[in-house]
Amino acid sequence: MKSLRRYLDKIKPQFEKGGKYEKLHSTFDAFETFLFVPPHTTRTGSHIRDSIDMKRTMSVVVLALIPALLFGIWNVGHQHFLSHALEASFLDKIAFGAWKVLPIVVVSYVVGLGIEFAFAQYRGHEVNEGFLVTGMLIPLVLPPDIPLWMVAVATAFSVIIGKEVFGGTGMNILNPALTARAFLFFAYPAFMSGDKVWIAEKADTYSGATPLAEAALGIGDGTVNFTYSFMDMLMGNIPGSIGETSSVAILIGAVILIATGVGSWRIIVSTVLGTVAMGLLCNVLSLNAYMDVPFYYHLVMGGFAFGAVFMATDPVTAAQTEKGKWIYGFLIGVLIVLVRVFNPAYPEGVMLAILLMNIAAPLIDHYIVQGNIKRRAKRSKKNPELEGKLSAV
Amino acid sequence: MPKTIKITKGLDIKLVGTAEKTISEIRPDSFALKPTDFIGVFPRMLVKEGDEVSAGTPLFVDKYRENIVFTAPHSGKVLEVKRGDKRALLEIRMETAASNKQIDFEPANPLSLSKEQITEKLLKSGLWTLIRQRPYNIIANPDTMPKAIFVSAFDTAPLAPDYDLIVRGRGDDFQTGINVLKGLTKGKVNLGIGAKTQAPEFLNVKNAEVTLFKGPHPAGNVGIHIHHLDAINKGEVVWVVQMQDVITIGYLFNKGVISPELIVALAGSEVQKPRYYKTIRGGCIKKMVEGNVTNNELRYISGNVLTGTKIRPDNYLSYYDSMVTVIPEGNYSEFLGWALPGFNKFSASRSFPSFLTPNKEYALDTNIHGGERAYVMTGKFEKVLPMDILPLQLIKSIIYEDIDLMENLGIYEVEPEDFALVEFVDTSKTNIQVLIRRGLEIMRKEMN
Repeated sequence: MKSLRRYLDKIKPQFEKGGKYEKLHSTFDAFETFLFVPPHTTRTGSHIRDSIDMKRTMSVVVLALIPALLFGIWNVGHQHFLSHALEASFLDKIAFGAWKVLPIVVVSYVVGLGIEFAFAQYRGHEVNEGFLVTGMLIPLVLPPDIPLWMVAVATAFSVIIGKEVFGGTGMNILNPALTARAFLFFAYPAFMSGDKVWIAEKADTYSGATPLAEAALGIGDGTVNFTYSFMDMLMGNIPGSIGETSSVAILIGAVILIATGVGSWRIIVSTVLGTVAMGLLCNVLSLNAYMDVPFYYHLVMGGFAFGAVFMATDPVTAAQTEKGKWIYGFLIGVLIVLVRVFNPAYPEGVMLAILLMNIAAPLIDHYIVQGNIKRRAKRSKKNPELEGKLSAV
Repeated sequence: MPKTIKITKGLDIKLVGTAEKTISEIRPDSFALKPTDFIGVFPRMLVKEGDEVSAGTPLFVDKYRENIVFTAPHSGKVLEVKRGDKRALLEIRMETAASNKQIDFEPANPLSLSKEQITEKLLKSGLWTLIRQRPYNIIANPDTMPKAIFVSAFDTAPLAPDYDLIVRGRGDDFQTGINVLKGLTKGKVNLGIGAKTQAPEFLNVKNAEVTLFKGPHPAGNVGIHIHHLDAINKGEVVWVVQMQDVITIGYLFNKGVISPELIVALAGSEVQKPRYYKTIRGGCIKKMVEGNVTNNELRYISGNVLTGTKIRPDNYLSYYDSMVTVIPEGNYSEFLGWALPGFNKFSASRSFPSFLTPNKEYALDTNIHGGERAYVMTGKFEKVLPMDILPLQLIKSIIYEDIDLMENLGIYEVEPEDFALVEFVDTSKTNIQVLIRRGLEIMRKEMN
């Protein structure tokens, strides 16, 4: 490692101000700090600092996404061969899935990081690690047959319009990965909905309907006929977005996020509670076939698990106060069921529910902050006996 | 049983190198007063290089509050009046005299004196500077009446000195000091004790109300005590005095002279024999650390690792500090340091394995462990700040200098030291204590 360090030290001056590659300073810095934690020491304030940094935090999230990614790769292959009624080995499925999924991951990272590096250079700050997570989230919420150019366009849209125009990581209002998905959903609906897109290179005769689509259909038909059992939906061997199908794989990620404290358990728990509450209410009212779908199906259908664990918990776009997180998550849960059941034109409610609550999160925080302010103001009035004894500063 | 307040939020950082409970006596060759230790003080010098001073001789006054006098803690000769940029006064260095000549301020029983008489004695002797007011942590204004006075009888910071040891044998002076404080306020004198406090000097104190604070750091911070017992509202003032400074004040009233001694803990992973020293206020630390530290590149800190000041090994204790910490510098590049498991690294988060070994002691260095970022993570600050204050929101209100919002969110109740752990756990590696001080200074200028 010493020779690598020496090499970096040797080429570093070329990337500093006045150097030959001055314009690549942020890029060099990003790679250098990726390889080596910088030797910077504290000057003021606390002389010692926690070992955690943004790279560690973000890499924990990426780690938590790995089970969903691996399962997704297998499932893309599995669904493909299933639709063609072909027998295929485990490795064949993995190979096909990897061939479909990895290019999407690569395009997402290359386009997103390229833009991030350019903005960091332009603004003169270090490259933020936020996109390490976003770059993985985007592929996992897309259907496997998505054209790569669309991935590139959506990623560019989400990074520039969703994040950088607000000031970059930490300043954005909407979750960037969901912004990318929403962009594709509204710009190219044919590639983002219907029965065709959820299985890669599907055989024409095979139905590729997702449970959400079937549930929505049930409203007209008067009864909901699921092709897949509850267990299938839980395990995830069903058609769907690459990383969203398996609640079990996502649950492993949830355990990692909660155990390390990187993801907010408050948001995850309250999102589940909100969905259960609204699902139960639907079951009780029971006005149409979709409302009869048992509430616990909502927890395994579509992108619920993925959204609750990885999207709703995005600390930048979620509520930032601890009490606010409870409200924020609960309302996401409520909205998920509302959009799904009462607005069948959009079978997937998770994306819209989280984006809507992203916008409402500052409002929730505002009321929590006002509560704190009012408590302080009240306390200040409670001390009349001291008046007179006190003089101003 | 005193009233008990349980603190649940916070963090105990366990470090290698706790001071052994023995006290060695040393006489430093020189000592110094650093005007930079006093917030908002503009010094006007009263002595020049070469002058002989006694313990109690005025060295300088505050240009804007001329009754605030700063006196020499020991007799000696002024070696140097060191100035920095724009002639800012940095240090008044004095050579320690072999025999301590002390100005006699006459002993007195504070219980039979009026507030004015007590104030006058403290101002004249220079010990008024040991009384500070919150908000702002500036030296108290003698003309105000604080709603209460707070003293913390324990320190929960990493490697902090044991106040039970420091007070041993000096109970009379401590009690007299408390009596002095009692004479300065119509409100209460509050003494906060910790779960480990055993000293009868604290437990049986008179003229003060004892409260037991149980829990992790910052449970020992006086700011936390104020917040939970008698929080500062807009326009209110409380005074705070450090425990050992109460002893110094008591000594003045008992003996009539300025106490020549200050007990200081020398601690940290790089100290070979960490222990306590009896030295003088502002004493040079050279005799304490020379030959007593490892050969690594070191950081010398006057104070504790969370809030102290970086000093040189031949430099001086800060006025209000009673500990010196020596830890390794962290100016190294670590290959993939953020990705490796990091078994020897400490983190309040559970993304490092340190949470599995809660009682392990660590030798932490000064490496920041990452680059500065925008605030991304939420909910982490709240876990280490045992106050009904929204830390992230307050920090942001200071960044954009919204005075009304800062006030509404409780800026008067906080001090940088209360936010030291917030700064420690900050994933975004920002300098939060500097920011809090900046916010307080903005408010101070706004209110005057």
